[in-house]
Amino acid sequence: MTWWLPPQASTFAAPIDWMFTAILIITGITFVLVEVGLVYFVIAYRNRPGRKAFYTHGNTRAEVIWTAIPAVTMVILGLSSNGLWVKIKGRNSVPANAYPIGVHAKQFEWWFTYPGADGKLGRVSPELIQETVNPTGLDRSDPAAQDDIVIRNQLHVPVGRPVVVTLTSEDVIHSFYVPQFRVRQDAVPGMSIRVWFEATVPGTYEVGCSQLCGMSHYKMRARVFVHTQAEYDAWLQQEAAKAKGASTS
Amino acid sequence: MSTVAATAHAVHAHHDDRSFVRKYVFSTDHKIIGIQFLFLSLFSLLVGGVLAMQIRWQEGFPGQPMPGGKLLPETMASGGVLLPEYYIELVTMHGTFMVFFAIMLLLVGVYANFLIPLKLGAHDMAFPRINMASFWSAFVAGILMFASMFVPEGAARAGWTMYTPLSARHDLSGSSLGQELWSISIIFFGLSSVLGSLNYISTVINNRAPGMTWFRMPLSVWALFITAILGLLAVPVLAGAAIMLLFEQILGTHFFDPGAGGQALLWQHLFWFFGHPEVYILILPAMGMVSDLVANGSRKPIFGYHSMVFAICGIAFLGWIVWGHHMFVSGMNPTLGSTFMVSTLLIAVPSAIKVFNWMGTMWRGNIQFHTPMLNAIGFVAMFTIGGLSGIFMAATPLDMFIHDTYFIVAHLHYVLFGGSLFAIFGAIPYWYPKMFGRLMSDRWGKVHFYLTFLFYNLTFFPMHITGMAGHMRRIYDPTVYDFLKPYQPMNEFISISAFLLFATQIIFFVNFWWSLFKGEKAPLNPWHDNGLEWTLPSPAPHGNWETPPTVYRGPYEFSAPGVSEDYLPQNRKLPTDREPALAPAHGD
Amino acid sequence: MRRIGSVAAIGAGFLVCALGSTPGAEAALDGATVTGKVKFVGKAPGNPAIDMSEEAKCAAKYTTPPHEPIVQVNANGTLANVFVYVKTGLPADAKYPTPATPVEIDQNGCLYHPRVFGIMVGQTLAIKNSDGILHNIKALGKKNRPFNISQPVSMTTNRSFTAVEVMLPFACNVHGWMHAFAGVLPHPFFSATGTDGSYSIKGLPPGTYTIEAWHEKYGTQTATVTVKAAEAKTADLTFTAK
Repeated sequence: MTWWLPPQASTFAAPIDWMFTAILIITGITFVLVEVGLVYFVIAYRNRPGRKAFYTHGNTRAEVIWTAIPAVTMVILGLSSNGLWVKIKGRNSVPANAYPIGVHAKQFEWWFTYPGADGKLGRVSPELIQETVNPTGLDRSDPAAQDDIVIRNQLHVPVGRPVVVTLTSEDVIHSFYVPQFRVRQDAVPGMSIRVWFEATVPGTYEVGCSQLCGMSHYKMRARVFVHTQAEYDAWLQQEAAKAKGASTS
Repeated sequence: MSTVAATAHAVHAHHDDRSFVRKYVFSTDHKIIGIQFLFLSLFSLLVGGVLAMQIRWQEGFPGQPMPGGKLLPETMASGGVLLPEYYIELVTMHGTFMVFFAIMLLLVGVYANFLIPLKLGAHDMAFPRINMASFWSAFVAGILMFASMFVPEGAARAGWTMYTPLSARHDLSGSSLGQELWSISIIFFGLSSVLGSLNYISTVINNRAPGMTWFRMPLSVWALFITAILGLLAVPVLAGAAIMLLFEQILGTHFFDPGAGGQALLWQHLFWFFGHPEVYILILPAMGMVSDLVANGSRKPIFGYHSMVFAICGIAFLGWIVWGHHMFVSGMNPTLGSTFMVSTLLIAVPSAIKVFNWMGTMWRGNIQFHTPMLNAIGFVAMFTIGGLSGIFMAATPLDMFIHDTYFIVAHLHYVLFGGSLFAIFGAIPYWYPKMFGRLMSDRWGKVHFYLTFLFYNLTFFPMHITGMAGHMRRIYDPTVYDFLKPYQPMNEFISISAFLLFATQIIFFVNFWWSLFKGEKAPLNPWHDNGLEWTLPSPAPHGNWETPPTVYRGPYEFSAPGVSEDYLPQNRKLPTDREPALAPAHGD
Repeated sequence: MRRIGSVAAIGAGFLVCALGSTPGAEAALDGATVTGKVKFVGKAPGNPAIDMSEEAKCAAKYTTPPHEPIVQVNANGTLANVFVYVKTGLPADAKYPTPATPVEIDQNGCLYHPRVFGIMVGQTLAIKNSDGILHNIKALGKKNRPFNISQPVSMTTNRSFTAVEVMLPFACNVHGWMHAFAGVLPHPFFSATGTDGSYSIKGLPPGTYTIEAWHEKYGTQTATVTVKAAEAKTADLTFTAK
């Protein structure tokens, strides 16, 4: 158990953690100034017989200083944060070669669609959704959908390669969240939202649903597997073979 | 003219022949209405606390039968183990009761009503009967909300933020009548709030005593005035959204239904457009009252009175343009993430100004540590933490990570409990003598403060740590996640601290009730304060003054040179004072 | 004696998987009996495989990968999980006592057992969670008020229905492959087929009846039967693969 942030497992983690540290330093200094100041004042200026308070209505110079310094600090913080925000979530932020994975959220499961050998995700249509048989509404008539593989509650990604998730929801608002990737995005019914990340450390992680979505919200968990590219290709082939054989019982 | 003669002239007990019902039940007297709000809101605070205890039991000890759990019906807890749907109801109702029925009513319903006419030298509010309607609609709202917990399928289940489509679809949430009662209750609550705001604004503008200029008003009144404007403009948005939600729930409309041309995000924009000004409604009156308490406790004028007024206005103004910071990862246009980040970071500035000014007030003061002052200092210390933690979430890339985690829960409890509630724990004993004619025990007030301060920090500070770890909000069983299992001992620690925190409040409640009957009888001005209310008997009589007092100075003239006492009431005329040229406004 | 016997049979019959035919509740002592087999003609389609890998406690209960039992063709060419009931023919004003014994549906190995069952209006349905992990039961009634409840631990929750509904679907929101179907009837003349594909409806008063067989994939088949007092008759029904 760490008292700090979770392990860093994506390219976003280091800059976000750095931002956290920077803000912690700024707010930490303020915190110490205020709290130590309060303790000092409470001791130094406690009432004692014969003492009189110093009658003053204020000091304009002090006001200017303690308005300007916070204001300037906040503006600098805002301007320097914006670059990172645009890089992560901006409209043109998704890298061109990002590997596409479909993530379909529903009460209370995550369904992941992998593009198969053709590297393209097939079309989905909510009307085609059928429990067990077609949980994501994949339109099998679309050629790009023929080799798509749909898996419940398991996200597999290759390490060191940008992945772009297309996030959809079947019913209510859910939220796709992997703490070690520092990635979070709400899945909204009626919207198809793209969110990208690049995993950097092979291993197992978890997706937790991060927006109250009903009584079993807490159980809406998926496991995340970050593979080396070779492991990933092998896994994908294995799944494709399973999918072919699964049509007969 | 001497003080004594002026007082005797101003206070004249006039004949009061109202019936018991007119005096204490359907009263138009702002002071009685304030006290009625006090009982309603203290009850709601207790309800909110009991709900919180159950939440913390489940969070700290998931899957274990709760003590007393077997008394709950099978639909809430099976064999004493809380059910997930009940847990979500607890979370929803805790937020709803605390935000609307406890804090908002305590700060605005109680103190706007009680203090505004008294501190301005008015007989009553501008519209006393509308004021009475404001209380009774809040009361109806409270009954409906309380009842919603006991209907079939239980209370509303989408969090106090009620995001659609979950809140609109009974088949998806599992709750039906409870959800609808929430909407109806909020509509009544909105009505109450708007009626109140109308009164507070009109009274401040029109009913000030001669000499009570804008910049001689106490900061508590300024804060309540600005808050009333916020309420007047923001609360109708909530009521409107609640009406739309109710239509969605019972009439089958499709405002929020993407399958039929609606938008799920519409609710969030409407709710947070109300919701952000709302949180300033929940803090500004507290800040205003804390200013009164800190000046009094330090025996010094407020440092930077004008800056404080502008800071209140600045917070209120900026509060309208930051609502999107609740929605950074909602799926709204990412460009809005940039704009809302800037406005949100800027709103830290007026809050910082206020903290520094409170410190400036204490600097070189002669500090009395009575219970109200202790709580006011506690406010400054804890609100600082809450405000600083807000900066983390204002930075949008960082908010991507901490949104909907316990870091947010820590932040909101530091500002609402560490902030607003400590201010309330200071305000209640402070104005208690003027309400009830008795004093609360200062010794037990101090014990309550120190224990509350301790257990409160032990409960909420660790939530920053679990939030940093990624602990999501509103989850029934954190041990489902491998990455959260190591934090379960911390969750237990938080829960046990919370139980002790709740138990400590017994001291406050006993002190409050006992003092009503057995408390030391209060003198006219127990705190040696300057406000106009302290020139009236304790408790203040119906109609307050026969003739409004005349005001010669601001409210914070403590330790003024040329005066032997360390306070100088607003209405005390010194040889150097001139009569005000004109009454600022008429309307008595 | 027969009444106690049939009550015991009900109790035993609704545990774990459907074993043999499941008789209706409380049969009249001198009633007629209609029995038969529900046959299946054609090639049985494959059932979809269930990926239980993310629910370890349930996956551990299987030695071979589980499939969703949509079309269960028995070794003898009959169809399991068919709900057979008396659709028409009973006197319009007839009232049948609601049995005190509950009908049990169990969630075990992340599947509902039985998948298809009958229950009388007002009779208690005991929803049991033998898995000890979270199940979220949704009863998606159209004539009956839907309910949506969770069971986070091993426990039993009781519910009952107020309206006739053939069939009322059940689903689990946490495990999307879990389905069950209830036939809610005002009378006890129903039966669901099991591993031998047979059904048995007892205690019918004399008359002419329409017997309907319902299957979740293949729809309905009907047969008409006329019985005299205490007569035993056979009526087979057949579903054909599409």
